[in-house]
Amino acid sequence: MKIAFPYMGNSPHVFRLLLNDLGHTPVVPPPPSERTLSLGTKYAPEFACLPFKILLGSYIEALEMGADTIVTSGGVGPCRAGYYGELHRRILTDMGYQFEMIVLEPPLKDIGDFVRKIVRLKGKNTWREFFHALRPAWQLMKAVDEVEALSHKLRPREKVKGSISAAYKRAINTLSQAQTIGQVEEARQAAIAELMAVPRDDSVKPLRVGIVGEIYVVLEPFSNHHVEETLGHLGVEVHRSIFLAQWFLNNGLYNREFDVKKAASPYLPELIGGHGRNSLGETVRYAKEGFDGVVQLAPFTCIPEIVAKSIMPAVSRDHHIPVLTLFLDEQTGEAGQETRLEAFVDLLWRKRESRKEGTTWKVSSASM
Amino acid sequence: MQRRFNALGVSSMAIRIGIPRALFYYSYYPWFAAFFAGLGYDVVISSPTSKQILDHGVRETVTDACVPIKLYHGHVVDLIPKADILFVPRLVCTHKLDGTYCPKFLGLPDMIRLSIKNLPPLLTPRIDLKSGLFPKWRLALSVGRELNHPLPQIFSAYVKAEEAERLYRQNLQNGIRPGPATLEALRRDRIQPLANPRRDLTIGLLGYPYEVHDRYLSVDMIGKLENLGVEVVTMEQIPPEVLRKQGRVLPKDLFWTYSNHVIRATFHLLHTRSVDGIIHLTAFGCGPDAMVDRMMEIECRQRKMPFLTMTIDEHTGDAGVATRLEAFTDLLRRKKEAV
Repeated sequence: MKIAFPYMGNSPHVFRLLLNDLGHTPVVPPPPSERTLSLGTKYAPEFACLPFKILLGSYIEALEMGADTIVTSGGVGPCRAGYYGELHRRILTDMGYQFEMIVLEPPLKDIGDFVRKIVRLKGKNTWREFFHALRPAWQLMKAVDEVEALSHKLRPREKVKGSISAAYKRAINTLSQAQTIGQVEEARQAAIAELMAVPRDDSVKPLRVGIVGEIYVVLEPFSNHHVEETLGHLGVEVHRSIFLAQWFLNNGLYNREFDVKKAASPYLPELIGGHGRNSLGETVRYAKEGFDGVVQLAPFTCIPEIVAKSIMPAVSRDHHIPVLTLFLDEQTGEAGQETRLEAFVDLLWRKRESRKEGTTWKVSSASM
Repeated sequence: MQRRFNALGVSSMAIRIGIPRALFYYSYYPWFAAFFAGLGYDVVISSPTSKQILDHGVRETVTDACVPIKLYHGHVVDLIPKADILFVPRLVCTHKLDGTYCPKFLGLPDMIRLSIKNLPPLLTPRIDLKSGLFPKWRLALSVGRELNHPLPQIFSAYVKAEEAERLYRQNLQNGIRPGPATLEALRRDRIQPLANPRRDLTIGLLGYPYEVHDRYLSVDMIGKLENLGVEVVTMEQIPPEVLRKQGRVLPKDLFWTYSNHVIRATFHLLHTRSVDGIIHLTAFGCGPDAMVDRMMEIECRQRKMPFLTMTIDEHTGDAGVATRLEAFTDLLRRKKEAV
């Protein structure tokens, strides 16, 4: 089968490896570009969220490349993402494409359905071969997460602006070519060494900012106009609250995110879907860990994040942590976003200075 | 009878419970109003939607929220001087085959309590009727207990509530709109549906009840259509059991109760072909409707049913709406004549 899948952050490298190992032909769509977004926006409903539009454009590109199958995740709501698969299928079929859509629903919802689809993906492999193929992909997922996190930590300390980003690109490229567990491990160590070798100034004490929000726009740099890189170049160490591997563990089978739930419960005691509750809980956690600020990212019309945004000022006030909310859609301009981030970072520096001097500087939450 | 009221710290003889005239008011108000009245409270509702209420709501709510949610905030503000307690439930599930509710409903009490100042005590029961025996009775029991009422009184209030709702649903199915239907259901009168003037066109006006039946928010779309000689059918007129049968048509149900109702009503009307066209009334930025609207459009196109989407928000102009409705009805009449 020629299989395409959602392009999100570093997921394509992982899926390519897994599908190759299973004997399928992975169809890796190109990294999202203006063309992807135009296609998606043209055929998607106007108020569909940004991830829906980018993914629709990406699937169209993959179908143009000859894919005959699309595999994606499902869900049970209340966030809309669980219904993407179904609506993508309808729109693409209505446009005349012929393909099979395999939507993997949460296993605990309908275990029979899940197993049937896995069997389809397993193809001619035995069960043993199937589980064997999962391992290098899993290791690769963890490795790319680790390298990405390291780049966030090092970037504010780089001596030459852009050197970490360049090294990170090379590192991911190397990792993407690994095929066995051994090669993944080798590539991981080489990637870490490459990043650590970039000249940096360890005496720098950068601001620390947490990134919370909807998973797709947090993970996919094209959708958020490279917000992490921008912040890094402004001298900020960013800490992302969501990584691929960690999300799979916590959400794929069952929910293990206790602390975050508890932290959010005085503000929002109900599961509202998506990352709504997490955004609030993670903000509390960042405040407790002494971070300087938080940036909340969400697609325009994202319902759980709208609820979180309306409650965020209370969290920000109670825990004395500045929060900047950025809502993103296809009209979001990079320059405008950079200006806001610069202003936010400026205020955070001043807050830190004034804390040292003992004066008070009240910064609460701002949103755009 | 002595009404002690220590659970929420209010003690007075004529306690007023305020219910905002927005969102689930159009679906569940009779049940709750009869229930609280049965427990001895004065039930007050906010004034009908007006520019002032909408403006207050827009001011208090986060910008990205859809207009119905902003309106709800405005109705809450309107109630503050009029009520001792505000009823702002957390609506999670009302029927196991209908799904849950939009995340904004799930987080509504928290949005309200953390955005609006000077609120009276809030009564925020979690309403989840998905499983177990007699879920509505258990809901009545838990709310009644929270308000410190004895069991027999809670039970009698529950019976009144069930009767009011039954009457309400009957009125709705007879084509009476929620406003008058509500009043009649609570006064336990029977009203005869008005004899309708002959209308040559029938249109299904489908959308969430808190938009379709709010005269101000919908820019009185029902009234405008009726003035254009159109018989307007809304999804409240279709019995819930009939709607649920259509649930089998979709390979995967939508997650949100009202959305499921709208799409099932669409399938029902496409199946019975009892309308000449369908209008989808939706709010700007509505998340679930991004999906519902596209699915309705595809289905109507494939089954050759004229379809129009009307989007409303806090800036919707009367003239623009009137023009589009005129054009649509014009086209439908020409199509009919051509046959």
